[in-house]
Amino acid sequence: MKVIAAMSGGVDSSVVAARLVDAGHEVIGVHLALAKAPSVSGRTRGCCTLDDARDARRVADVLGIPFYVWDLSERFRDDVVADFVEEYRRGRTPNPCVRCNERIKFAAVLDRALALDFDAVATGHYAQVISGTQGPELHRGIDPDKDQSYVLGVLTRDQLERTVLPLGADRKEDIRREADARGLLVARKPDSHDICFIPDGDTAAFVREHVGTAPGDIVDAETGEVLGTHEGAHAFTIGQRRGLGLTVPTPSGAPRYVVDVNINTSTVRVGRPELLDVDSIEGVHLTWTGEPLSQRPCALHVQVRAHSAPVVASARVEADRLLVDLEQPIRGLAAGQTIVLYDGSRVVGSATVDSARRMVPA
Amino acid sequence: MIVEERAYFDHAATTSMVPAAREAWLRQSALLGNPSSLHASGRRRRQVVEESRESIAALLGTRPSAVVFTAGGTEADNLAIKGLFWGARRVRGASRIAVSTIEHHAVLDPVLWLEREQQAKVEWLDVDAVGRIDEDRLAWVLNGSDDLALCSVMWANNEIGTVQPVDRIASLCRDAGVPFHTDGVQVLGHVPIDLDRLGATAVTFSSHKIGGPFGAGALILDPQALVDPVLHGGGQEREVRSGTLDAPAIAGFAAAVEHAVGGQRERAEALVALRESLIRGLVSAVPGVIINGDRGTGHEDRLPGNVHASFPGCEGDLLLMLLDAAGIDCSTGSACTAGIPEPSHVLLALGRDETAARSSLRFSMSEATTQQEVDRLLAAVPLAVDRASRAGAVGIRVD
Repeated sequence: MKVIAAMSGGVDSSVVAARLVDAGHEVIGVHLALAKAPSVSGRTRGCCTLDDARDARRVADVLGIPFYVWDLSERFRDDVVADFVEEYRRGRTPNPCVRCNERIKFAAVLDRALALDFDAVATGHYAQVISGTQGPELHRGIDPDKDQSYVLGVLTRDQLERTVLPLGADRKEDIRREADARGLLVARKPDSHDICFIPDGDTAAFVREHVGTAPGDIVDAETGEVLGTHEGAHAFTIGQRRGLGLTVPTPSGAPRYVVDVNINTSTVRVGRPELLDVDSIEGVHLTWTGEPLSQRPCALHVQVRAHSAPVVASARVEADRLLVDLEQPIRGLAAGQTIVLYDGSRVVGSATVDSARRMVPA
Repeated sequence: MIVEERAYFDHAATTSMVPAAREAWLRQSALLGNPSSLHASGRRRRQVVEESRESIAALLGTRPSAVVFTAGGTEADNLAIKGLFWGARRVRGASRIAVSTIEHHAVLDPVLWLEREQQAKVEWLDVDAVGRIDEDRLAWVLNGSDDLALCSVMWANNEIGTVQPVDRIASLCRDAGVPFHTDGVQVLGHVPIDLDRLGATAVTFSSHKIGGPFGAGALILDPQALVDPVLHGGGQEREVRSGTLDAPAIAGFAAAVEHAVGGQRERAEALVALRESLIRGLVSAVPGVIINGDRGTGHEDRLPGNVHASFPGCEGDLLLMLLDAAGIDCSTGSACTAGIPEPSHVLLALGRDETAARSSLRFSMSEATTQQEVDRLLAAVPLAVDRASRAGAVGIRVD
């Protein structure tokens, strides 16, 4: 098989490339340049610094495979960063890694690979592609701490046909050990956690810079009392507790959480954590990894964050909207978040949260 | 699988070592002594360096005292640009630099650095559609040249191969009393060189581009020129350049210059024949291909071994990858940032847009290039272009 190994310069994708070579595939390493001006500050966090490109190239050289950098910075800027900013502008909380997988890694890169006569794209995600009776299925990785099936939940069956995920049946610690045993110098590189285009991790500052400021009030969600002011409602996320800058304590001394962000009135409402509980979700922008759901309610699990616990739910589709009823409420769900549907370990599909509310009173 | 037997079309990046250069280099590498030492071992070393200097000077038509050895072309360019600027600023308060828009980064970046960090004012010398500078504009810039520290225009462009009328440029600068530097890295061995007749203030050459060892180069510098050093230290080279002289590399460099200058005319004629064969082949194999640079068919207007082509609808870096897999080594010709080919500033200066600038490849040849290699390249290009254009087409957003 002719395979493009997407090489970030990290330990996981390095082992992927090495395993593909061992398996006798024709492998070409490709590093995706996603940021236009790679940081030269020597950061190793994030996934698009100069150091990472250099590490990836070095691994490719050690493996004896060709290596190229593909400049996808314009696509990334238009399809991921602009989307991220726009979602925040609309008061939503997007997941840019999901968007990147959907529009860049398994779309632009895969399309290009196929046009160049390659058979597949391989990445170092911890998830499994297993062939089922209906075609390829996407399943959770076996390492519960690393499972990345959530961020791949937007993939379609066509994309899965051309996707190779060699690490889904491995544990991270074993991959590090394997990288070490293979003599790959990236074996001890720390994992990246941040949003790659916000290497300092200060999402609020990034949003302020790109969306601008629009001062408004922070009010008590239950009493309506104005508790403070803010520089822009965009920078707040449902469920946020830190960085509110409130000086008026609650009577009980308990912390307050952001429970609602209204961009139109530039009002941020805060209150007790119980106010964050939701048990009914409406999703849009549906994608299906397996068979699409129908109007008939289907029992499955819903996961709302990369590493949150899956929740038992009943889901159905009506007029291109996903309607989910949760068995137990979950705390803190913002519009714009990705929800992924699971049947056991198998990914069924995904949706973007449009709205969420509490239907069954506490 | 990647084809192991290569057809090498990147001689402008670096070329195979000339046997005489390798022998000289190896012979010297076995010996002991610092050319600056005063004892017998040092003197023997010094002898090698000075004979190399005299040989290079004679072959290039200049005096030995004009040859300043450096660690390569980039260092020589930096010394010329910064050194001439600092000298002119210190002595006569000059603050402007005239420079072409298509220089190599080894010239361009020092100029931009001086502009950004040292308040230099830059007079950009535009080029026409084939990459030749506008002599009227140059004359205009030189008129009222009191505060011009230097003018720098490369002898031949490393990407598109266009040879500049350096004789006339040097003469215009001389008449205006402005120091003239030219980057001659690409021309040595390819065009006739007579530095005394040229009369430039400073000329850059590099060893490995002509089949000498890496890590050696020279700035041929008018001994009267006012140049402040970039590297401070032992002052080994006329107090203008410090650092222990690399005698083995210099000996190899001198042997390579002898080889380059010796067979220049015959080599140029043979290369022009190959170049024209490659151009004809590309034009007939790829509809819509654009040959960049001067289309004169001789060796006076365009480097004999240079072919630079744009393939509309294709990205150069994908073409490079596909040709690489087919056993062809070539280049997009432009600088890389972390391996990302930047759109060539040279193509942009010719008036091309960014997409066109990204769709280009450079094929550079040397005396080692064979017609068989050209044929292999021509056989591989159509499939690569077909696939790259399909890959380019999927990049077009439909949503």
